[in-house]
Amino acid sequence: MRFKNVFSIIGPSMVGPSSSHTAGAVRIGLIARQLLGTKPSSVKIALYGSFAETYWGHGTDLALAGGLLGYATDDARVAEALEEAERLGIEITFVKGVGMAPHPNTAKLELKAENGRTAQVLGASIGGGTVMIHEMNGFDVRCSGEYPTIVVLHDDRPGVIASLTAVLGASDTNIGYMGVDRKGRSAEAMTVMELDSVPDQRLLTQLRQIEDVKEVTVIHLNGGEAKHQ
Amino acid sequence: MRFRTLKELAEISGAENKTLAEVMIEDQAAETGASPETIVAQMADYYQKMKEAVRIGLSEQNVSRSGLSGGDAVKVLDLVENGTPSSGDPSSRAMAYALAVSEVNASMGRIIATPTAGSCGIIPGVFVSSQERFGWSDEHMVNGLFAAGAIGYVIANNSFISGAEGGCQAEVGSAIGMAAGAMVELRGGSAEQAMHAVGLALKNTLGLICDPVAGLVEIPCIVRNGLGAVNALAAADMGLAGVRSAIPSDEVVSVMLEVGAAMPSGHRETGQGGLAQTPTGRKLTEGLMRGRKPLEPETEEPRAVQAETVE
Repeated sequence: MRFKNVFSIIGPSMVGPSSSHTAGAVRIGLIARQLLGTKPSSVKIALYGSFAETYWGHGTDLALAGGLLGYATDDARVAEALEEAERLGIEITFVKGVGMAPHPNTAKLELKAENGRTAQVLGASIGGGTVMIHEMNGFDVRCSGEYPTIVVLHDDRPGVIASLTAVLGASDTNIGYMGVDRKGRSAEAMTVMELDSVPDQRLLTQLRQIEDVKEVTVIHLNGGEAKHQ
Repeated sequence: MRFRTLKELAEISGAENKTLAEVMIEDQAAETGASPETIVAQMADYYQKMKEAVRIGLSEQNVSRSGLSGGDAVKVLDLVENGTPSSGDPSSRAMAYALAVSEVNASMGRIIATPTAGSCGIIPGVFVSSQERFGWSDEHMVNGLFAAGAIGYVIANNSFISGAEGGCQAEVGSAIGMAAGAMVELRGGSAEQAMHAVGLALKNTLGLICDPVAGLVEIPCIVRNGLGAVNALAAADMGLAGVRSAIPSDEVVSVMLEVGAAMPSGHRETGQGGLAQTPTGRKLTEGLMRGRKPLEPETEEPRAVQAETVE
């Protein structure tokens, strides 16, 4: 089933005009912000396909900026998000994406923070406000943000994934979907897990203590607009 | 969910002596683990936001960012209140309210996607005007939204609800079917009657293409929402009167899938065909593009991501 609950039919609550070009764009921006984990200082956004052709009429640029500021899909401030970003010293530039994209409505965001931290997200808006992230920090991994999602950066060593799932299992946390990609053999790897419940701080600390785990980040769209209970 | 088809939905409703809304709330709770109270509270919040969108759309001249649309809802409301609408007061009022919400959407106001932003006017148009007319409680209306959601859930999973995939029939068509079926239940009709109303409504929008001028959710989307609200009321009346959809509603949904899959891409939300490519449609598009600098292509190495199945 592509649509799993009643609020993907009635909902989301959003500012118009397009569920895919506006609400979906807010969500892609928000996921990028969550992956960075802090306020970005500069963001380069490449728009592909229909996003590049009609962004100005749909407010896709405003919507992506709104997501980067942490706004929800129905936050009225989305309409002034670019001005607010400028006020906060966030430099956002838009370019037309070159090359193939996974979907007609795709955006690639490259974020930099003052503390030197960077994040990269390639996301597609697949309809009705639902999004699919295809790439994070150069790793080919998927997530929709609809479920609480943990993104783990770790070394590619035997047993790391077993340790991650053991910790989740011990805390009675169910994994709904999981994906893994690596830069190369024994290089850096990323594991993404969509969970059925929100991980608490204790669980995150346990995951971070696993040997060879470098970083654990949580992505979840539920923060603002409570679409998926 | 326990149901995959409209027939199964009506059977569960009949066997357990529950409304469509009750079945939807129960199944949503089972699927998500959330309590029925939480689920109902969220839908109640959505209904308040729909009413707010109607109010804003009728009280202000909502002009879109492109300048292509706005101000039609108040014209129709004026006809209802100061004239004699040919389609009767209730129909025209529903039409005015639906136009109002769609205009709010086009001007970046807040709406609830039902099932999408492009079709966000129909359900509020039908629901809010009918609530005023029949004196129904908010609670009753929220139940109606669950009935609409149950119908939409079946359509979405067996066909489509986005214009890019299946044309306007998938957006405005689905919304009309959802509103019609829900309206039957709101007025005390049976689940079976509601399902027939869905099929009757959907048959009338099969083949409707998605051809917005400049690719924007304005022309003809807003007008189709207004007319869609009237169709939903009419289809609900047929269902309540006992008219049956000779082709079962689930089969009509499968035709929507068949027709949408065969639809040329120019007629699926690309702005490359239909009304968008009429002489006037092109002129409006050119006017919007004038003085607008196209985005510079990115300078770094182009991406090498392979095209994947478009969902």
